Amino acid sequence: MSESLVQLLASEGINLPTEVVERGIEAYMLHMDVGSVRIRTPSEEKRIAGVFRGNGPRGSERSLRVGFDRYLLELAASSRVRVIRSLVTRVGWHEDRPEIEHGGGRRASYDLVALAAGVNSQLLQNGCEAAPAYTFPGTLTSFISEFHLGQAAIQASLGDAMHIFLLDLPRLEFAALIPKGDYVTLCVLGHDVDETVVDALLAAPEVRRCFPGGKVPQMACHCFPRLNVRPPAQPYADRLVWIGDCGVARLYKDGIGSAYRMAKAAARTVAFHGVSAKDFEAHYLPTCRTMNWDNTLARLVFMSTTLIQKLRPLRRGVLRMTSTEQANREKFDHMSSVLWDVFTGSAPYRDVLVRSCHPGFIASLTWNLVAGNAGALAGKRYGDGP
Amino acid sequence: MTEGALGKTYSSGELIVRQGDEGNCMYVVQAGELEVVREEHDGNVRVALMNAGDIFGEMSIFERELRSATVRALGEARVLSVDKKTFLRRIQEDPPLAFNLVKIMSHRIRRLTEDLATLKAKTSPPAPRANGQERRSGRDRRHGGGRRSGVDRRASAAGRGRNA
Repeated sequence: MSESLVQLLASEGINLPTEVVERGIEAYMLHMDVGSVRIRTPSEEKRIAGVFRGNGPRGSERSLRVGFDRYLLELAASSRVRVIRSLVTRVGWHEDRPEIEHGGGRRASYDLVALAAGVNSQLLQNGCEAAPAYTFPGTLTSFISEFHLGQAAIQASLGDAMHIFLLDLPRLEFAALIPKGDYVTLCVLGHDVDETVVDALLAAPEVRRCFPGGKVPQMACHCFPRLNVRPPAQPYADRLVWIGDCGVARLYKDGIGSAYRMAKAAARTVAFHGVSAKDFEAHYLPTCRTMNWDNTLARLVFMSTTLIQKLRPLRRGVLRMTSTEQANREKFDHMSSVLWDVFTGSAPYRDVLVRSCHPGFIASLTWNLVAGNAGALAGKRYGDGP
Repeated sequence: MTEGALGKTYSSGELIVRQGDEGNCMYVVQAGELEVVREEHDGNVRVALMNAGDIFGEMSIFERELRSATVRALGEARVLSVDKKTFLRRIQEDPPLAFNLVKIMSHRIRRLTEDLATLKAKTSPPAPRANGQERRSGRDRRHGGGRRSGVDRRASAAGRGRNA
């Protein structure tokens, strides 16, 4: 969960208990072939939460821990919400109300249905009977796996940091290792990620070095989930609204945070205006458009990270600039803040883009490009060298 | 404190905010107990105690005033900071986000009004008993004069007491 979401939930009175947070993250470690650099949180405190959705990895002992989804449902139930734990199999229409079919044929009509399904759910993949205008979002295949290492080994090898890999491997956008309790989660984003991409990544020395003894352990479980990368045509209809990955979501980052924002926009619409398609168009769609525009800018931001991946001289400049900024503990400046927000998803991509166009940023990057590459030719190392 | 703990851990006696410092964030207590101390010329006055879930320093989100009290940990405590920039940016998009803060501040003003009334009742000489008109004036004086200035004074008291 992103830094900004943790803060906003806390300010709304939702303080994530330690049973839900598998690990508080206080820093990012950026790994490239030219070296690694640790990027600390601006406030040097743990404001990113590593949580498990659902029941956690296969085979994990979950008796003492609580998944994030379960925590939210219990929170809702404590506010007198009636929670029905049943698999929804169809969203149809009955008379003038949406109708839910669940639990093997039981049906119920509601005044409003908020569909908060993921893109991997079977429910909406073949379209929604109740809303023919809804189109399934465009998706991209990613890879997620869990490694069981135990807390002591994780603390020794990864610490309270998330590890990001910007490696020049075909079809790889970026990868991350996230410590969570006894497990480490590996997330791989790219273009049609498959076993070849994953094998190449796990063979990279930058990745192997993060595991105890430099050896990648057996995966406890893995999957190739799809991510929302293009929004549906119309994430609302009369008495229906789509939230989360089946609706409009932030590109690559902060999925829970964007679901929270969209859910609040939908709730405001319903509470203050109404539940018709026109109400959602007037009051929910603008938030969708804002996020979609930010995602368009995100593509520019990620094009620049792809450039960093592909161009070694650029990687040297980025490494020198970031490690120099991080050496000065009083400052959390240009490159550090830009990389921080790109990888944490804490700020809108528009802000990231504006900051990376700042003359100070460009001047500093230019200088570090020259100095970093001249230093490399002279055999000098920056950050935690390769 | 476990690995699932969020925020920053402070040891007993450690300062979280200092009176007179500039503030650019507010804080949410995650675990432990904190004390809010107002430093006066004739010594320190403990204004309040805070526990898990309590929010402090929120007035610096809305105004550019210096911290008006010191907050320190009583025993080991864990506190999460909320950046002014992050919070204000999201309030623009989602104004009801401020509702919880308004509720907290309103609750504080109410409590401080009660404290002020109790304090005034203890320290003020008894109001003269006369006709109904004078009795009403006396009651108004005890509650801070006219309705408007009473609110202003309560707000001022809240600011002095809790904008740590």
